[in-house]
Amino acid sequence: MFSFYKKYAPYLFLLPAGVVLIVFFFIPFFQTIGLSFFGYENSIYDPAFIGFGNYKKLVTSPVFYKVMANTFIYLFAVVPFLVIFPLFLAILINQKIRCVTLYKILIYLPVIVSIVVAAIAFKWLYAQNGILNYFMQTFGYNPVGWLTDPKYSLYSVAIVTIWKGVGYYMMIYLASLMSVPQDLYEACDIDGAGFLKKHLTVTVPHLMPTIALVSTISAISAMKVFAEIYVMTKGGPLNSSKTIVYYIYERAFENLDLGYASALSVVLLVIVLAFSVINVLFFEKNRYQI
Amino acid sequence: MIRKFVEKLSIHSILIFVSLLSIFPFIWLISTSLKGLDENIFAYPPVLIPQQFTWNNYVGVWYKVNFMGYFVNSMIVAGLTVFLNLLLSSLAAYPLARMNFAGKKIFFFAILATIMVPFQAIMLPVYLITIKLHLLDSVNNIMGYLGLVMPFAVSAFGIFLMRQAFLTVPKEMEEAAIVDGCNVFQVFFKVVLPMVKPTLAVLAIFTFIGSWGEFLWPSIVLTKDAMYTLPVGVNNLQGMFSSNWRFIAAGSILSTVPIVIFFLALQKYFISGENDGAVKG
Repeated sequence: MFSFYKKYAPYLFLLPAGVVLIVFFFIPFFQTIGLSFFGYENSIYDPAFIGFGNYKKLVTSPVFYKVMANTFIYLFAVVPFLVIFPLFLAILINQKIRCVTLYKILIYLPVIVSIVVAAIAFKWLYAQNGILNYFMQTFGYNPVGWLTDPKYSLYSVAIVTIWKGVGYYMMIYLASLMSVPQDLYEACDIDGAGFLKKHLTVTVPHLMPTIALVSTISAISAMKVFAEIYVMTKGGPLNSSKTIVYYIYERAFENLDLGYASALSVVLLVIVLAFSVINVLFFEKNRYQI
Repeated sequence: MIRKFVEKLSIHSILIFVSLLSIFPFIWLISTSLKGLDENIFAYPPVLIPQQFTWNNYVGVWYKVNFMGYFVNSMIVAGLTVFLNLLLSSLAAYPLARMNFAGKKIFFFAILATIMVPFQAIMLPVYLITIKLHLLDSVNNIMGYLGLVMPFAVSAFGIFLMRQAFLTVPKEMEEAAIVDGCNVFQVFFKVVLPMVKPTLAVLAIFTFIGSWGEFLWPSIVLTKDAMYTLPVGVNNLQGMFSSNWRFIAAGSILSTVPIVIFFLALQKYFISGENDGAVKG
C-alpha cells in the first residue's frame, strides 16, 4: 500500500493544478499561436488558413505602428519613474523618523484600491473644467485637455499608472534596504559624506539586484496596461492612448477579428517573454531554483 | 544639531507632500460625493469642504445600483479564488519541494514557464475555452462564478511561494509522522500544511487583493448586471450616470470602503517589509 502511494503520490499531488494549467494556460497558449494563422474576415464560424496573412496585415497597418509606439512611449515614461522615485522614498522612510507607519499606509493606499476607482478619480481631476485645469490657470497656463487632446492623453494615463505603482515598489525597496550593512553608513558619516553621496555610494550599489528586479517587473506590468485606458480614454482620441493590450481587446472582443488579435497577442507574448526570461534567469534566480 | 533638524524637517515635508499626493484623488472624490445639488462642483476656485453637506448622493446610488449584489459577487469570486489557490498551489508545491520522481524537472520548468506568459496574451483562447466548458453567467450563476474563478484557480507564483515554505519544514517532522503510520496525504494535511500557515496567510491575502481588483477578465466574460463584481459595477456607473459626478464619486467611494477596511486590518502584511517573498510580477 505504502509503495503505491510512494510511486504515484507526486503525480496525484500535481494533478489538480496540472489540469487547471493545461486547460487555462497551455492549451490557450498554443491556440493563440495557432489562431494567428487563421483569417476570420468571412465568418467567425468558418476561419480560413491564411499562413502569415495576419502578420502581413499587421506590419502594413499604420494603427499597429501607432499602437506599438504608444506602448513603448508609455513604457519609457512609466518605468524610469517607478524605478527611481520609490527608491528615493524608501530611503527617506528608512531613516529613523517618526510616523513611518502612517506614511507607508498613505503611500501604499493607491496600490490596494481598485484600478477602476483610481482611474475614475483621475478622470475627475482631469475634467475639462476640473481641479487640475484650475491649477493650470492659476499658474498662467491655458486649460489642457488631459484626456481629450491626442498630445497629452497617453501621458495622462501614464501618470495614473505611476501614481498607483509607487507604494508597491517602495515596499520592495524597503524590504531589501534592511539588508544593507549599517556600518557602511556609519563610515560615510565619519567621512562627512552628504545625503546624496552616501546613498549613491552605499545604497544604490547594494540594491542593484533589486533595482534590476523593479525595472523588469515594472516593464512587464507596463506592457500589460489595460484598465486605466479602458476606463479613461478607450484608447482615444485618434488612437493616441491605445496600447497593445487594449488593441488586442478591441480587435478580439469588439471586432471579433480573432486571427488578427491573436497575431497581436503573439507580438505581446514575445516582448513580455523577453523581459520575463531576463527577470527569472538573472534577478529572481534563487526563488526558481530546482 | 541644526543640520540634523533641517534634515529631518525636509524628510518629513517630502513624505507629507507625497502622502498627500497619494490620497488627494480620493479626498477630492469624497468631497465631490458629499456636495449638494445646489452646489457647483466645478466652482472656481475649487471648494474642498462641501458647503451643502449631504449624504443624499450615497443614498441615491445605493438605491439605483445593486452594490450589495456586486459586493457579494466579489466576495464569492475572491473567496473561491483564494480557497482554490491555497489548495492547488500547496498540493502542487509539496512534491516539488520534497519528493523525487520521474519528470520532476519537466513539471518544474513547465510551471515556471507559466510565469513568463502574460494572461493578456492568451485571454482570447481562454475565453473560447470558457465558452466551450459553459462556464458562463448566461448558463447559470454558479457556472458564471466558476468562469470568473477557474482561469485564476492556481498560479505559478503561489506554487513557488509554497514550495519555498515547504523547503523550510524540518524533514524529521514528516519522518516521525510516517513512523506513526500516516500515509503521505495525512502527512501533508495534518503535519506539513499546519506548519506553513504564515505563508498560506500571505498567499491568501495577496490572492484576495488580486482577485478583488481584477477587471479585464470579468469585463470580458460577464453579461448580466446581477453577476457584476465591484470593479465592473463601478466602471458601469460612468455609463449609468453619464455626467452626474456626484453619484459617480459616491459610488466609487462606496465600492472602495470594504477593501480599505481589509487593508487597514491586515496592514502589517502589506507594509511591514517582511514579505519580500510575496513580490508578484
